[in-house]
Amino acid sequence: MRRRWIAPSAVVWLVVAAAFFLIPLIATLLFSLKSIQTGKCCTGAAYSFVIHDDQFWSTIRLSFQLALETIAISLLLFVPTVYLVHLKMPRLRPVLGFMALVPFVVPPIVLVVGLLNLYKGAPSWFYAKPYGFLAAAYVILAFPYMFFALDAGFRSIDVHTLTEASQSLGASWLTTLVRVILPNIRVAALGGSFLTLAIVMGEFTMASLSAFRTFPTYIQFVNESQPYAAAALSLLSFLIVWAAMLALLFVGRGRPRPAQLAATR
Amino acid sequence: MAYLELQELRRAFGPVVALDGIDVSMDRGEFLSLLGPSGCGKTTALRLVAGFDRPDAGSIVIDGKDVTRIAPSRRDMGMVFQAYSLFPNMTAEQNVEFGLRIRKNRRAARRKRVSELLELVGLGHAVKRYPHQLSGGMQQRVALARALAIEPRVLLLDEPLSALDAKVRVQLREEIRRIQTQLGITTLYVTHDQEEALSISDHVAVMSSGRIEQIGTPSEMYRAPATPFVAEFIGTMNRLEAVVVDGERGEVEHGGTRLTVDAARGRSRGERVLVLVRPELLELEPSTDGVGSDNSLVGEVITHTFLGSVTRLKILGREAELIADVPTARVDSLPVGLPVIAHVPVAGTRLLSLSERPASDGPDPGDR
Repeated sequence: MRRRWIAPSAVVWLVVAAAFFLIPLIATLLFSLKSIQTGKCCTGAAYSFVIHDDQFWSTIRLSFQLALETIAISLLLFVPTVYLVHLKMPRLRPVLGFMALVPFVVPPIVLVVGLLNLYKGAPSWFYAKPYGFLAAAYVILAFPYMFFALDAGFRSIDVHTLTEASQSLGASWLTTLVRVILPNIRVAALGGSFLTLAIVMGEFTMASLSAFRTFPTYIQFVNESQPYAAAALSLLSFLIVWAAMLALLFVGRGRPRPAQLAATR
Repeated sequence: MAYLELQELRRAFGPVVALDGIDVSMDRGEFLSLLGPSGCGKTTALRLVAGFDRPDAGSIVIDGKDVTRIAPSRRDMGMVFQAYSLFPNMTAEQNVEFGLRIRKNRRAARRKRVSELLELVGLGHAVKRYPHQLSGGMQQRVALARALAIEPRVLLLDEPLSALDAKVRVQLREEIRRIQTQLGITTLYVTHDQEEALSISDHVAVMSSGRIEQIGTPSEMYRAPATPFVAEFIGTMNRLEAVVVDGERGEVEHGGTRLTVDAARGRSRGERVLVLVRPELLELEPSTDGVGSDNSLVGEVITHTFLGSVTRLKILGREAELIADVPTARVDSLPVGLPVIAHVPVAGTRLLSLSERPASDGPDPGDR
C-alpha cells in the first residue's frame, strides 16, 4: 500500500495550529506545578490543595447540576418549539433565529442586571437559589447554542415526511416526537447540550453579579490568593470540557446519522 | 356499495383551487390511479384521504363511515410517500414493526408479520439494514411492507416510484400490482406517469385543474378519451380540426379534404369537431403524384424517431403535422423528405365536439 504524502506546508500549518493551542496549556500546566514556597517546578501541591478543598467539590457539583438543569429545560423548551416551527410555521424560523442572536448582542452584565430587576418580586425559592434564578438566566444564555444546533439537526431530516409516515402508522404527536424525531436529531441535541454544558461550567459574570458561588467564581476566588492552585483549577476545567466533547463523540458514533442518510439520497 | 367514496371534495389554498369538487368511488380490493400533470390536485386528494389535510367541503367515506374529520393516526391508512420516508434510526425490520408496536401487538405476532412482509417484498435478506444501507428501490419496498404491516383499510401511494431509475421503476410497479392483487387491498395510487397508471390499475382517473376529466379502465381511457385533455394526456394522438359536412354519411372536412369517419354519423352539419387518430392507426404509403386517395391526407416525412420495434414519423401535412408509428422494419421505404399519403381509418377514429362534450360512442364520465 502506498503511504499518503503530506505536503510540507500542511505540516507547518499543523505545527503552528498545535502550538497555538498547546503552548498556553503547557505554560498553565508548568505554572500549576510550581511550589508556592520556592516558586520552582515541580510539585503537585496545587492539585493536592484543590482536590482536598471542600469548596472545589461543592462548586463543581453545583455548576454540573446547573448545567444539567439548563440542558433539561432547554431541550424541553426548544425541541418541541423548533419541531413545530419546522413543521407548521416555517416562516417563524428567521424570527427565532434573530431572537437567538440577542444573548450574543446583549452583554451578560446588562442581561443579569435586567433579569435581577425583572425577577425582583419572585418567590425566594426561585430568586435566592441558583437552581431557580441562575438556571433561568443560563437557559437564555444557552438559547443561541441550543437553537442553532437543533435547527441544523431538523434541517438535516425530512420532518414533514417522517411525521406523516409516523402518523399514518397510528403514532400520536408525542410518540412521533419521542420515537421518530428525537432519535434522528440526537446528535444535534447532544451538540447543543454539550455547548450548554461548556458555557455553564465557565460562566462567571452572571454568577458573580448575582452572588452565587459556582465553579468559575470559585476559580476566581482561589486566584486572588493562590495563583498556582487557580492554574490547576483552570486545567481541570479544560479537562472537564474535553471529557464532555469526547462523550459526545462516543455517544454520537456508530449509528446512522441524518447527514449519512442525506448523503445517500 | 362503494368501499371508498370521495364526495364533492373541494380544497383551495388561497386563490388557488386545488380540488374543485371531485367525486370518486372505489370498490373493495380495487386499484385506482389518479393520473394528471403537476398541480392538477392528485396529491392534494390523496393527502385528504390520508388525513394530512382537511377539505374545505365534501366528505370522505370508508366502508360507510365518514372519516373526513378523523385524525390521520386513527384512519388505518397505509401510505407510501414519494420521498424516502423510512425512519433513519431504525432498521428495515424495525421500520416495518413500528406500526405494529404502536398497536401493541404481541412480540411473536409482530416478528412473524414483519418477516412475512419483508419476504413478500423480496427483502428477507436485508432485515437488519438501516435505510442508508439500502438502495432507493429497496427503501420503497420496505416502505411498502411498513404500510402493509398494519393491514390498512386503504393503501395510499403517492408517486412512490418517481425517484427511482427506469428499470427499477418498471420492476417495482409490477411487484406493487402483484402484492396488491395477492392481498386484495384497496389501493389509491397517484402518478403523473400515464404508462405506469395504465399498466397497473383497474381504473384510472385523469385529473386536470382540480377536476376529474374521465374515469375508466386503462383500455377505455386509451381507446375512447372523453375530452381533448384526456386524448392529449393519454398516449399520443393526432388532432385534426374539422367541420361535419354530412352527418348521415359520416363525412367531415379537414383543410379542404373530406374524410369519412364512423364517429361523425348522426352529427349535425356545420358542427366543429376534433378528429382524433392514434399514430399506430395511420397507414402510410409513398405518394407518387402528391395527390391523396380516399380518406387520406398528404404530406412529407420530416423526422424519424426510433422507438424500438416501431419508428415514429412526423409528417408535415397541408393543414397540420401528423404523427405515425410504422414498424421499424418498414421505415427504410419511408425516408425523410418523401411525400406520403396517410390513410385515416373509417372505424376506430374518435371524434370530439369542440365544445368538449364526449362523443356519442364514448363512455360517460359520470358512469362509475
